Amino acid sequence: MDLLDSWALTLIVFLPLVGALVALAIPKEREETVKQWTLLVSVVTLVLAVVVAARFDFGAAGGFQFEVDLPWISAIGANYHIGIDGISLPLLVLSALVVVLCVIYSWHHWDEPRNPRAFLVLMMILATGMNGTFVALDLVLFFIFFELVLLPMYFMIGIWGDRTMRKIPGFRKEVETRLYAAIKFFIFTLFGSAFMLLGFLALYFKSGSGGQQSTFDIPELIARGHLFQGTFAWLVFGAMFLGFAVKVPMWPFHTWLPDAHTAAPTVGSVLLAAILLKLGSYAFIRIAIPILPETARDWAPAIAVLAVIGIIYGSLACLAQTDVKRLIAFSSVGHMGFVMLGIATLTEVGINAAIIGMVAHGLITGLLFFLAGSIHHRYHTREMSRLGGNLKLMPVMGGILGFTAMASLGLPGLAGFWGEFMALLGSYQPLPGLSTSFFRTAMVIGAIGTVLTAGYMLWMLQKVNLGEPSSEWAGKEFHDVDRYEMAAWAPLIVLIVAVGVYPRLVLGATTDAVVGLVETAFRAVGG
Amino acid sequence: MPRIDWLAIAPEVVVAAALLVVLAVDLFLPRERKYWVAALAVVGTTLAMVPVILMAVSGDNYSMFDGSYVVDEFALVLKGVFLVAGYLVLLISVSYIESDRYYQGEYYLLLLSSLLGSMVLTSARDLVVLFVALELTTGPLFLLAGWRKGDLRSNEASLKFFIIGVLSTGLMLYGMSLLFGLTGELSFDGIREAISAEGMASEPVLGLAVLLILVGFGFKVSAVPFHFWAPDTYQGSPPPVTAYLSVSSKLAGFVAMLAVIYLALPAVTDFWGPALWLMAAVSMTVANLSALRQSHLIRLLAYSSVAQAGFMLVPFAGGAIATDGLSEGLGATVIYLVIYAVMNLGAFAVVIAGGRRIGSYEIPDWRGLGSYSPRLGVMLAVFFLSLAGLPPLAGWFAKFVMFRAVLISTGPAGVWLAVIAAVNAVVAFYYYARVVKSAWFDPAPDEIPEETETGPTGPLSLAMGLALVVVLVVGVFPGLATFFGDAAAALVP
Repeated sequence: MDLLDSWALTLIVFLPLVGALVALAIPKEREETVKQWTLLVSVVTLVLAVVVAARFDFGAAGGFQFEVDLPWISAIGANYHIGIDGISLPLLVLSALVVVLCVIYSWHHWDEPRNPRAFLVLMMILATGMNGTFVALDLVLFFIFFELVLLPMYFMIGIWGDRTMRKIPGFRKEVETRLYAAIKFFIFTLFGSAFMLLGFLALYFKSGSGGQQSTFDIPELIARGHLFQGTFAWLVFGAMFLGFAVKVPMWPFHTWLPDAHTAAPTVGSVLLAAILLKLGSYAFIRIAIPILPETARDWAPAIAVLAVIGIIYGSLACLAQTDVKRLIAFSSVGHMGFVMLGIATLTEVGINAAIIGMVAHGLITGLLFFLAGSIHHRYHTREMSRLGGNLKLMPVMGGILGFTAMASLGLPGLAGFWGEFMALLGSYQPLPGLSTSFFRTAMVIGAIGTVLTAGYMLWMLQKVNLGEPSSEWAGKEFHDVDRYEMAAWAPLIVLIVAVGVYPRLVLGATTDAVVGLVETAFRAVGG
Repeated sequence: MPRIDWLAIAPEVVVAAALLVVLAVDLFLPRERKYWVAALAVVGTTLAMVPVILMAVSGDNYSMFDGSYVVDEFALVLKGVFLVAGYLVLLISVSYIESDRYYQGEYYLLLLSSLLGSMVLTSARDLVVLFVALELTTGPLFLLAGWRKGDLRSNEASLKFFIIGVLSTGLMLYGMSLLFGLTGELSFDGIREAISAEGMASEPVLGLAVLLILVGFGFKVSAVPFHFWAPDTYQGSPPPVTAYLSVSSKLAGFVAMLAVIYLALPAVTDFWGPALWLMAAVSMTVANLSALRQSHLIRLLAYSSVAQAGFMLVPFAGGAIATDGLSEGLGATVIYLVIYAVMNLGAFAVVIAGGRRIGSYEIPDWRGLGSYSPRLGVMLAVFFLSLAGLPPLAGWFAKFVMFRAVLISTGPAGVWLAVIAAVNAVVAFYYYARVVKSAWFDPAPDEIPEETETGPTGPLSLAMGLALVVVLVVGVFPGLATFFGDAAAALVP
């Protein structure tokens, strides 16, 4: 099994890409073959991810396992260094799983202009980028994967996205939502990542100041953390913060998110919500905090403030929406606010909260976007004022929507609870050196946010699920959840319950790694 | 008679021979067989690669004519790049020139002359050889730019290019004569030593000489504020000539600049450092903002090439700021040049191929290209997004080494230039993406343009294919491109 250990992660990352290339060789007309092939590739990738999880040594979750470290661009000292620890493992498995579910869901759901082959090829490239980001342990490699997800998503939104015309402030003519959303998504993310790259390069050059060879290697940079001090570290953290915060997205960099989510085709929204948003918050935990712990502590109050604003703002914005998909999109701003609040506490509890919050948000909001897509598919509208009585027209789908909304508002016993609860718990007692009263205030405001979350979710349920169906649907037949939808959703439902009841599924992997991270980062600075 | 090492000048000899053969054969070929001329030119450039590769493998350096003409790693690497770029331009030209059916022989003759000039340029190690080589590169292009005699725009292109070209040459020559007058030396080594021996690195007259030379080069590489000829000339010239202008001619300007700055004037950073810093920052910003408003594809590529020139100037400024940054800066510029040459030629090949089919270079007319010609659509996306610098396409590595070279110094000047470049990279993405958006996101027109049948498209497809492979492979394994940078960086004394 040594061969597997050294190749497993590489395969998980690049198998989808190879699959995409092979799919391009299949004639466009043979749609069934393309779909079956893509499903096979994504399932094999998932199986590999599960095997890796099974062979993962949870006793040593703090260190990197399945490591590969090969020279890549020797001239600039960038290596092909990959590996996973307890922090990345749950996210990697989540990513592999969601891709499979997306392939299944899209089996019979194709937005115009169809072309399943092109869509699936993009999805596979996206999978390579996402999986790669979670295993990369070299800053250049990380940057490549982090950027690789942009192009497929750009094309997904731009080609298969929402075609309704919209008046955008500042534009003379009406434009199609998809065009505006696609370019906005791209420009925002690119802007952030350009600065992120500058930050990475600055770290690289500074890492050589101790007389050693300069390096892009993340574990090595963590070990040399003492070299990064003062204004330099503050600026570098700021540059990386721009890159990561846009991706999360944190308020006030979030404005691309509602547009992109609403305009994207269903599967695109699911992948965006479930995985892409996690790349930013994951990068905070993997790169920014361990390499620049002291500076992270300087920045923590600012991050906490933005996170709390995000929570409240996201919730209030939800209450102002009429489009159910846009409502779900804004709810992501709020949920990611909790994740960032957890990270800002810089404690074991808080960072654990962030990771379990990311996983839960991936499961729950992914499912919500699937549901929004299916609702749109049936009613051809997402306006909540025209929906209503969904539970009567489609009992099964209504039931699942109710369940997921409950999970999203953080009902104890379901996955969403732990992230919010632990983030608030973490803010009660932040890292020593951070102002306790400040974070407790944040905790109180965050708690108000949970109430608001419950408010808008219940409001949405009442509008969509309850009441009598509007007269315009009278006499129309609606087919309830079909086989493909059920196959795509069932694993998510099961996992939402499983993580809710038994959070050790995630925390069991993460705790040791997080404890190790916090200890190495803050023991040195007297935390 | 001075000693001549025939192997060392074999590449130039082969190109010169091909040029003469083309001239002679053209006289005897009937009009319908003129494509043989193109084939001869292609064979000539391919053969010229052989001695270049032989010398690169053997690793020997050659120096002739009292050190005025040197074949070292820097020269060999750039000779190779010029040959490959020339080869691609020839492939791109074949079908276009063939469909026009006039003056084919002369076209290839002039193109080969220009190529010969740029190859000599790489070996030039004194001001006279450099000047002659640079003018041999540019001279034929004045004629090529006006190739479509009946077209007013082409005439305008040629005339503008000529007048500006002559003006810049004059300024450059004035600067060079000042430099000669101050140091009493023509060779780069001699000038460098004289400057350090006499301790005149901060002499105001020297500064004037350096600035005049830089202005001349600024025109050649079309950097702001010396760029205003570029959009009109690019738009009016036949597209294959524009491709050559935007790659080989720009490359030639940069090679001359690299040699003069890094070999003759490394001590005068106080003058050229800030000047190039400013030129880089202004080029990127002005060109990108202008490009945002263009709807003509070739005009867009013209502004894009001005902006790219700005990015290529960034490492110079980085080298000037950091004490040990000279070789880093030189390597970065050369890597950028190599990658830019391939991806920009690829972009032009796609634009020419698409333009033949669609019959227009207006971006809105290209809508839906991806739906009726996915092959061209994919190529278009790859080359334009590579120009934008997105991983995993080769362009990212060019931008990466550029940032790296300027951040090697942690001083505020370097950081600010890096920030300006970063913002510009984002702005640039917008106009490259607009082309991709038109081709992929907008619906196809009701009447889909027919596949054209005129002229061979094989060479054009070959050029696109080669460029595509390079862009993808270098994007994933950028180590291949660093070879060029490392080899070139050996130039720094």
